[in-house]
Amino acid sequence: MAGLRAGDLGVLLTSGSLVIALTLWAWGGKHGDTVVIRAAGQIVETASLAQARTFAVGGPLGTTHIEIQPGRARIARDPSPRQLCVKQGWLTQSGQAALCLPNQVSLEIRGRTTAYDTLGY
Amino acid sequence: MTRSAIELPIHDDDRRIARLAALAIGLTLAEAALPSPIPGVKPGLANIVILLVLLQYGWRAAAWVSGLRVLAGGLLLGSLFAPGFWLSASGAFVSLSVLAVARHLPPRHFGPVSLSVLAAFGHIGGQLALVGIWLLPAASLIKLSPVFAAAALVFGTVNGLIVARMLAAPASDQGWPPGMVASGCEPGAGGTQEPACRQSP
Repeated sequence: MAGLRAGDLGVLLTSGSLVIALTLWAWGGKHGDTVVIRAAGQIVETASLAQARTFAVGGPLGTTHIEIQPGRARIARDPSPRQLCVKQGWLTQSGQAALCLPNQVSLEIRGRTTAYDTLGY
Repeated sequence: MTRSAIELPIHDDDRRIARLAALAIGLTLAEAALPSPIPGVKPGLANIVILLVLLQYGWRAAAWVSGLRVLAGGLLLGSLFAPGFWLSASGAFVSLSVLAVARHLPPRHFGPVSLSVLAAFGHIGGQLALVGIWLLPAASLIKLSPVFAAAALVFGTVNGLIVARMLAAPASDQGWPPGMVASGCEPGAGGTQEPACRQSP
């Protein structure tokens, strides 16, 4: 074909695989798209991961603050003594969860596909 | 009549850049009238002019044409300094930066198609970056990015092939209005020393 040189084919192949990789990465279902927040085992909120929001959920010890940003969510503050769920940081993948056990609040990411059928703690 | 105190000599380069910018602005306006299936996905026809200017007159001329196109396009479409204008400006800026590097690729192996595809990715990259940082920092753009990347690939390739065809055509048939065709490899506009045109095989 006129105008197409060897390097052009390389550029086209590279950018084509970039587009495919981007599609698989963005639409592959491993990214979570919803957040499920539970308090004492009951679902108190189901929110989308597309919009930035914050939630405050009450528990036996006090208030747990949950922060959602586009594509990720975390426990921002929690009254539990060892702060394990806060130290987990940002959750992005479908199936990830942060549990604040003393305060009985949990944060779980869900997507179209999950890595596990069920998780027991 | 008193003579103006400020003399602004107009060179042939200036006239040429103005003509080429008018061409790019015309394509921008025509494109704005086309309905688009997805907001933000556009063929980027003005980039054909930018690429031709880059290959025939050098990077500085292309930057001038691109800047004038963004400014005048914003004026004519009524979006000057509105979000759409800044999107256009950031896309053009990143695209020109990419071209500033990419034009040093060996022309033996990398033709207009490479430049066009790279510029298209630069365009969409600059726009997505601006949207993510400034316009919609709270929205997730991850799911939309493959659509834009695919559009950049397709339209970049098509525009590049059009540029390759236009450069390969005889000068009388290149679609430029008379008097706008570069005669051979003259020094580029704006004082660049290197030959401003690439010979097509």
